[in-house]
Amino acid sequence: MKRYDLIIVGAGPAGLSAAAEASKRGMSVAVFDENAKPGGQLFKQIHKFFGSKKHKAKMRGYRIGEQLLSEVKGIADVELNSPVIGIYPGREVVVRQGDGIVHYCADSIIVATGASENAVPFEGWTLPGVMGAGAAQTMMNLHGVKPGENILMLGSGNVGLVVAFQLLQAGCNVKALVDAAPRIGGYGVHAAKIARCGVPFYLSHTVAKAEGTSCVTGAVIKRVDEHFRPIAGTEKHFDVDTICLAVGLSPMSQLLMMAGCDMEDNPKRGGQVPVCGEYGETSAPGIFAAGDVSGIEEASSAMIEGRMAGICAAAYLGFCTESEKWTALCPLKDDLNDLRQGMFAPKSHGKSLETTDEGILLSGTLLKKGHITSEEAERFPGVVHEAGVHPVIECTQNIPCNPCQDVCPKHCIRVGSNITALPEVDKSANCIGCGMCVASCPGQAIFLLNENCAPGFATVTLPYEFLPLPQKGRKGKALDRAGKPVCSAEVVGVKASPAFDHTAILTIKVPSEMAMDARFFKEEGA
Amino acid sequence: MFGRLLLCRLPKHYMKSLIGTAYSGSHAQFTGGQKMKRITEHPILGKIEKGRKVNFTFDGREFAGYEGEPIAAALKANGVAVHRYTAKLHKPRGIFCAIGRCTDCVMVIDGKPNIRTCITPLREGMNVQTQYGTGAKKEGAAER
Repeated sequence: MKRYDLIIVGAGPAGLSAAAEASKRGMSVAVFDENAKPGGQLFKQIHKFFGSKKHKAKMRGYRIGEQLLSEVKGIADVELNSPVIGIYPGREVVVRQGDGIVHYCADSIIVATGASENAVPFEGWTLPGVMGAGAAQTMMNLHGVKPGENILMLGSGNVGLVVAFQLLQAGCNVKALVDAAPRIGGYGVHAAKIARCGVPFYLSHTVAKAEGTSCVTGAVIKRVDEHFRPIAGTEKHFDVDTICLAVGLSPMSQLLMMAGCDMEDNPKRGGQVPVCGEYGETSAPGIFAAGDVSGIEEASSAMIEGRMAGICAAAYLGFCTESEKWTALCPLKDDLNDLRQGMFAPKSHGKSLETTDEGILLSGTLLKKGHITSEEAERFPGVVHEAGVHPVIECTQNIPCNPCQDVCPKHCIRVGSNITALPEVDKSANCIGCGMCVASCPGQAIFLLNENCAPGFATVTLPYEFLPLPQKGRKGKALDRAGKPVCSAEVVGVKASPAFDHTAILTIKVPSEMAMDARFFKEEGA
Repeated sequence: MFGRLLLCRLPKHYMKSLIGTAYSGSHAQFTGGQKMKRITEHPILGKIEKGRKVNFTFDGREFAGYEGEPIAAALKANGVAVHRYTAKLHKPRGIFCAIGRCTDCVMVIDGKPNIRTCITPLREGMNVQTQYGTGAKKEGAAER
């Protein structure tokens, strides 16, 4: 039986990060993954991540995946097509490889198996065409095939919002975003990105029925009351061929249960999770858990948890001293703590907030319709009016993110040391209109305005991640935050640069009075 | 559907050339699904790289796809929505999780049943068959 100092189950963000830390400390490491490719779900994440520089913020998920892979290349065995089917006493790990079963032995184990998508039953939910939002993401972002033409998304958490936007980028029509909850569950800025493309939100609604006999040909949604009971007579039909389910994730913790770890049912963590110490230590000596398997969060925190577990496994077997362990863990703990602050922190779950940490009244429409109003925008510190070009930052929730502060060469934008603070625009600094902030904001919430570029006209510079890219001189309509055409607009500038990482920035000319309303552009005839 | 009528009226050689092309303007219908456009250029991912073009058969029909892509992706691009029918109630099933977990998409591949098509790479000449219950449809059995 082959022996390793450490066996890691799962080659996703947590598992690979753990492998990097453990190998660095001299451990012999094997990583087993059931998939044909490593990286877990990172390679289908084509959006820019939130956080700060140390969390790899403003990098797209697949690039982070590439970085992680190069970090473990040559120092850890990553065995693919190798599902782990059991963990037995004595830390024996049983793996299905080829047509056989192979037994391995480890002195320590990190389980980083991640999570699986939840489903929700309704009439017709088993029809082909009803699929997980992650499945849609896999089809379009990994395999280059549209999951459908006309799509209804169920679930307004970050997965639902992000995948809905990616469906639009792939050229699909998202007909509606539906959620039984009365409020949007994910980041407001993610909702705003799809709202300005004209996707309507149906909150307090659920899917009543998927229509069709051999595959989905339509969907019926229904309003629900405050107890989530459907209200008769509120049915609404959509012509869709695909219904995507983004109704949460469940930890895949079966191996930990099998290994004899103490488990708990913790709805805040997404279901059956191991009882864990702060750094992923389970009740079974030498067995650690990292990433979504120990509680649903996101890839950025999974990577930190993975690193922590890798360091702890090394210390457990004496590959580093206790003091080296703590020196390495402390900064990671701070990084993780940064991500767990703000309105979406685990401790804020289920709370209905009225104001931001700064005491500013939150938008009344953002979590209902997916966008703020131009009147509401005025009360946030990122929204200023001044002569010449300047940023307007429509970032209105406390989320852990600060790339805007780092990228501005003129230091016009300040978030401060607390990365969940709302960005402020410093009026004394001199914006040069470079667009770095516009392209770097993972929430696409920054615009450059020149409110009086010519008598009666203003320019609005906005992020644009669709094809075809409108060319300079083209005419069309400016859309407001709800995706409604509000005025004629002309493209007066298009910038694409490697520094923008595939986010083009478009400058449109609109009547001055529309400067605070125009937030998207639709070309004539498009 | 209009798409189905249109396709039936086309000469066979034209139909063949239409099947497996990267772009399909028509909504060709085979087993209920519509032919999904492949994404050839993506605003973030750029040009989508694919393997060699290969031929395979689906329930006896000639299809084309790209080597190494999941069988399920090639079927979707060719308009196949139904991968199998359940054993007891004969309900259609297709792609659900796309990562090899749910087993909704299993089919009979080269005579072997229960193959998860969402994670099994397509190869030249593969024989892909709809699965009825636990195997391929028996010769002469009535269409459900």
